Amino acid sequence: MLSALNIYLFLRHILAYILKMSNTRLKPLFTLLFLIGIIFHLKAESPSTSNNSDELYNPVPAIMHHISDSHEWHLWGEGEGSVSIPLPVILYTAGSLDIFMSSAFHHGKSNVKIEDREYSLDSHGHVFETSGLHPIDFSITKNVASMFLALIVMLLLFVLTGLKSKRNFGAPTGLASFIEPLVLFVRDDIIKPNIGSNYKKYLPYLLTLFFFILINNLLGLLPGAANVTGNIAITLVLSFITLIVTNISGNKSYWSHIFKPPGVPLALMPIMIPIEIVGIFTKPFALMIRLFANISAGHIIILSLISLIFMAQSGLGNAGAFGVAPVSVLFVLFMYLIEVLVAFLQAYIFTLLTSLFIGLATVEHH
Amino acid sequence: MDPMSLVTPAIGLMFWTCIIFTLLIVLLRKFAWKPILTAVDDRNEQINSALKAADKARLEIENLNNDNERILLEAKSERDQLLKEARDIKDNIINEAKEKASNEAENILNAAKSQIENEKMKAITELKNSVAVLSIDIAEKVLKNELKEKSNQEDFINSILKNSELN
Repeated sequence: MLSALNIYLFLRHILAYILKMSNTRLKPLFTLLFLIGIIFHLKAESPSTSNNSDELYNPVPAIMHHISDSHEWHLWGEGEGSVSIPLPVILYTAGSLDIFMSSAFHHGKSNVKIEDREYSLDSHGHVFETSGLHPIDFSITKNVASMFLALIVMLLLFVLTGLKSKRNFGAPTGLASFIEPLVLFVRDDIIKPNIGSNYKKYLPYLLTLFFFILINNLLGLLPGAANVTGNIAITLVLSFITLIVTNISGNKSYWSHIFKPPGVPLALMPIMIPIEIVGIFTKPFALMIRLFANISAGHIIILSLISLIFMAQSGLGNAGAFGVAPVSVLFVLFMYLIEVLVAFLQAYIFTLLTSLFIGLATVEHH
Repeated sequence: MDPMSLVTPAIGLMFWTCIIFTLLIVLLRKFAWKPILTAVDDRNEQINSALKAADKARLEIENLNNDNERILLEAKSERDQLLKEARDIKDNIINEAKEKASNEAENILNAAKSQIENEKMKAITELKNSVAVLSIDIAEKVLKNELKEKSNQEDFINSILKNSELN
């Protein structure tokens, strides 16, 4: 229950700050962002095949397109009129590295030929080699670009705060007054109570983890942004690092609990030991799925609610769309706020559980 | 679109996530977490020590006040003591002076009396002497006068001789 209170205090701190900011200089900015968000979603969702009015609009392709990774950063529009930022494609095929911009595909209409290798885009937006070679795709995709953006945002936020904190010996002001309590919250309420006295060496990793997830969650909520923390590859890497850190930190009693569970009869050992070994992997696996599913689900719900308008339009005509739109927008607004909460919550839970696993692996039994 | 693609991790994305996350840990550890947490901890320590110093100062002031009060009380009692002593001394001096003065006065009186007595006696003696000389002078003159005549002289000698024979 203590942690629930902590979350509450933490969110209240952030909310108070946002309210303070929005009451003063950032109010126009927030309003603008919100309006742009709605317009973006509506434009991005506008169905391309509106001439086929008999068929009910199918939102699945558009939703899947939004939550999947892509070789270009799609902003708005469909087909010929679409606007997107081309991103570099980096392929490692049979010992050679091929680099070109994704715009060379012309949205999958043309192939790219480098020496004797010819690349093409399949209907899912994946690159394949026409002669059957298997390229390894190291492209700067939309998610990678978004992560680089997060990197820049984080460096700006935290390095500036670091510089400010180092020079300032009085009470924190401005940016530092916002960032410092967050950092302290993560250290004093997430990391310290769960790891214990030797928490210091895990601080850089866990603080970075928390803010990496948080910033990517929040960036993912911006209009036109990528679904970074809702991508399984990224959550896989994060939870894999948790797995590695936890097991490297594991002390004697951690391993003895796995291979010689105390108080277990010898006959049960053949069952218990495999269960314990599987347990090593299920914990980070759950972390991976939790973050991926929560963020993806949030995006899917918001997109589905907006798609309702187009489904109503295709089924009932414009009147139906106008009837559904206010309800849909209200729900989207509600979900958006929930998603902001979830962005913090998931960063909190991922860091909390990682700290807890490390704490359990390093605790000294007497 | 194939739903399985959602749960199929892409190798390139994993590669870049590793790179970016590691880069973030390295950079933020050096340029953000360390300075921020050091500054916050230093500030905490500063605040704590400032509070402690304030407490100490307050205690010192309290002690000082107590000391002042004590010193004041001591000074007061000392002053009273001094005043009392001074009063005693004054009384003593006055009494002594009075006694001395009366003694002196008595002495002077006695001396004056004895001197007066002496002078009186002296005067009386002188007077006696003077009376004696005067009476001898007078007697001489009377005798001279009486013994001017020869017959008188003879009578006188005879009377004396007569008196001597009787003796």
